[in-house]
Amino acid sequence: MAAKKKAPKKAARKAAARKQAKPVKAKAAVKKAAKPAARAKPAPAKPAPAKKVRPADIQAGRLTKQDYAANFGDLHPRLTDHEALVEADRCFFCHDAPCQTACPTSIDIPMFIREIQAGHPKSAARTIFDQNILGGMCARVCPTETLCEEVCVRQTSEGKPVKIGMLQRYATDAAMGEKKHPYGRAKSSGKKVAVVGAGPAGLACAHRLAMRGHDVTVYEARAKSGGLNEYGIASYKSVDDFARKEVDFVLSIGGITVEHGKALGKALKIADLQANHDAVFLGMGLQGVNALGVKDENSKGIEDAVDYIAELRQAKDLAKLPVGRRVLVIGGGMTAIDVAVQSKLLGAEEVTILYRRGQEHMKASRFEQELAQTRGVKIRHWVAPKKVVVADGRATGLTCEYMKDVKGKLVGTGETFTLEADMIFKAIGQTFIDVNGGALSLDGGRIRVDADRRTSVRGIWAGGDCAAGGKDLTVAAVDDGRRAAESIHAFLSA
Amino acid sequence: MADLRSNFLGVKSPNPFWLASAPPTDKEYNVVRAFKAGWGGVVWKTLGEEGPPVVNVNGPRYGAIHGPDRRLLGLNNIELITDRPLEVNLREIKKVKREWPDRAMIVSLMVPCEEEPWKKILKRVEETDADAVELNFGCPHGMSERGMGAAVGQVPEYIEMVARWCKQHSRMPVIVKLTPNITDVRYPARAAMRGGADAVSLINTISSIVSVDLDNFAPVPTIDGKGSHGGYCGPAVKPIALNMVAEIARDPETRGLPISAIGGVTTWRDAAEFIAMSAGTVQVCTAAMTYGFRIVEEMKSGLARWMDEKGYRTIDDFRGRAVGNVTDWQYLNLNAISKAKIDQDLCIKCGRCYAACEDTSHQAIMKEKDGKRHFEVMDNECVACNLCVEVCPVESCITMVRQTSGVDPRTNKPISPDYANWTTHPNNPMRKQAAE
Repeated sequence: MAAKKKAPKKAARKAAARKQAKPVKAKAAVKKAAKPAARAKPAPAKPAPAKKVRPADIQAGRLTKQDYAANFGDLHPRLTDHEALVEADRCFFCHDAPCQTACPTSIDIPMFIREIQAGHPKSAARTIFDQNILGGMCARVCPTETLCEEVCVRQTSEGKPVKIGMLQRYATDAAMGEKKHPYGRAKSSGKKVAVVGAGPAGLACAHRLAMRGHDVTVYEARAKSGGLNEYGIASYKSVDDFARKEVDFVLSIGGITVEHGKALGKALKIADLQANHDAVFLGMGLQGVNALGVKDENSKGIEDAVDYIAELRQAKDLAKLPVGRRVLVIGGGMTAIDVAVQSKLLGAEEVTILYRRGQEHMKASRFEQELAQTRGVKIRHWVAPKKVVVADGRATGLTCEYMKDVKGKLVGTGETFTLEADMIFKAIGQTFIDVNGGALSLDGGRIRVDADRRTSVRGIWAGGDCAAGGKDLTVAAVDDGRRAAESIHAFLSA
Repeated sequence: MADLRSNFLGVKSPNPFWLASAPPTDKEYNVVRAFKAGWGGVVWKTLGEEGPPVVNVNGPRYGAIHGPDRRLLGLNNIELITDRPLEVNLREIKKVKREWPDRAMIVSLMVPCEEEPWKKILKRVEETDADAVELNFGCPHGMSERGMGAAVGQVPEYIEMVARWCKQHSRMPVIVKLTPNITDVRYPARAAMRGGADAVSLINTISSIVSVDLDNFAPVPTIDGKGSHGGYCGPAVKPIALNMVAEIARDPETRGLPISAIGGVTTWRDAAEFIAMSAGTVQVCTAAMTYGFRIVEEMKSGLARWMDEKGYRTIDDFRGRAVGNVTDWQYLNLNAISKAKIDQDLCIKCGRCYAACEDTSHQAIMKEKDGKRHFEVMDNECVACNLCVEVCPVESCITMVRQTSGVDPRTNKPISPDYANWTTHPNNPMRKQAAE
């Protein structure tokens, strides 16, 4: 899952941003502090003759310390014991429960909720982990409103589903505090498996393989494990270093070694992995970013949202992370929402998401859209970037065109408008970059896999975002990893 | 507007809602607050003999069963009778009755099972101008170990004897409070009647242990590592109380004996049900202990509204109307055929009816139709047990529909419009033969 980053580029961007950043003293008065100040005196804009370009307003420290803490605190704190009991009681313990069917990892949701009811959240956690060892993170990041909670009979009957995600968090948090890992390892098989990528797919695969008695080496390009759990997703969904803690939890089963700085295609060749291991699982995610397809899209001032989010997630002090005063985000998925909301929370004055289709087409769930809107992000539909406005060698805005759907085809209306921006984020999806020289068959640009996540090459499995047919969801990646591990186990046991 | 006034044994009260003998009625302060809140009467917490009063434990006296949102469903207590001096209680009773003459003031009594103590205390109570006495033959805990309370209530002969003494030594109406901790409540009720009691009140609390503390393996509430059974009350006991009231109401020997009903009365509806089962007044404790005295407002307005809607002007207009419909199982109409029906518009497809029927009953519900999740009753298997109705989380989604004609697809027998019960059923070896 770990999207590979080009360090020099990031550093350059950072440096540029810092250079432009005017030191601003944190205003005492809250999030909007930057707003009136900035509005009262924009850049020292003397009524200058035309063509005078206002410098980009990209600054760090727009907010007070308290605001950063409040804005980036836990989006949904853990339910208290009593809240959990009351919520758990709302579950009807449905027969052949729709929620379980909707869960990509098929967690026995009615059973874990009943275990919460009965006062055993740790048993509930075990029920969750049986199917999804990253149940803790999934409880935080799953778009439950389009999965389990969408089909909850309480959703269909009264519009208020059982808060399955929150209950899952309640249960898994109870177990994460335990000293002892909940699973033991089967007798050693003497087999070695290589897992590429320490993201959700790789970790889930490695854990299940370790359980089955195999020794696993995980090769990870980045300095930390966790993939997008560590470098992606919005930080208010994973506070208190949860991604790292969960990695520690998964690895505490034993039998898993993680080697960092090992990116496939560079120091690591797939043939070597095959030669040195009994099986290989590929879960390295997506390394490329889709192109916007407009001129000057690589101008200074236009960033990949995933890079910025990674930087934000790794920032030790958010007050030192510069953000633009006016931010444009291009895209309609979770990443677009995540970068837009977090820009706003960092103190951006105006954040606008530009999406080329309608609200109903957005990949971001309704909940995520509403989250963005309640945080003050404006979402504009049926608009597509047409041209980057460049001045002084930097993108200062976007000229957009109104779009429409003509018999299922997206076409421009010819009507355009221009928006100014200090920062522009591209959040239009990532792409798979094949570093295996075509050794593996692809399907729709990603690695082709069967139901057991076997690739076209015997002895190699794949899962997560790099595999075809994936849902680009953490929980789907976990399911891939677990299924692949069971298939690998069957293969190695044969 | 409905008239809620009650006349029970000549004791008048502005409404039939009395507070039962218990902590809420232990002293002037509480009782005056209750009367201010609108309660029709009180049964003052049980008085004992003159002399050093009983003592209570200095630890937890209550244990409870809760619903998930801490809704109190059942309450258990190990408190004894009043632990205040007799003199103080009598003085306060007299004062409160004088200041609240329109409210019913009943005094609960419990003294050793000898004539003298009863004679003595009755005389003292009479001096307070209280309206009636209630003989506490019910408390299952503590006092019963000393030969009082339930220890008396479990021996019909004692009940009769003490009731007789009380009638003999007092001009006040005598209500005998019955314990449910017996096998057949009709026996103590008949004994009370034989002894001349004017009425019975029931039920007292049910012997109970609400839970075991699994850390120290002691019953809850736990006093210094030990626990003792207490008396159970609250919403959970209402069905038991209702049945016992019905048993007395329809017993040929005790039919017509006035009843003050007690047991889990929480809202006006509970009260209406007990009154329909012949109760003249209802006594409340747990609901007041849970929510405070103000609940009586809802009880009064609720009962009055329901009566208005139904066209009942007074309590007596509907009192006892359900008694005639309580019968023995053997007289139930075996020709009455019903089938469960699931309202597909209301069904939320949780499948609980299916799980219940398939796992534990008659395999009469299908879970799929045309490849889709769909729950429907199969009439050819349904025995109309009603379990699906009870486990369905949606009210009125599943109903029992009476079949009045045609053939029962389960038995393939024609549905008879005639009444026929077990006493005449061919499978009954003891059946009554129609006279030749």
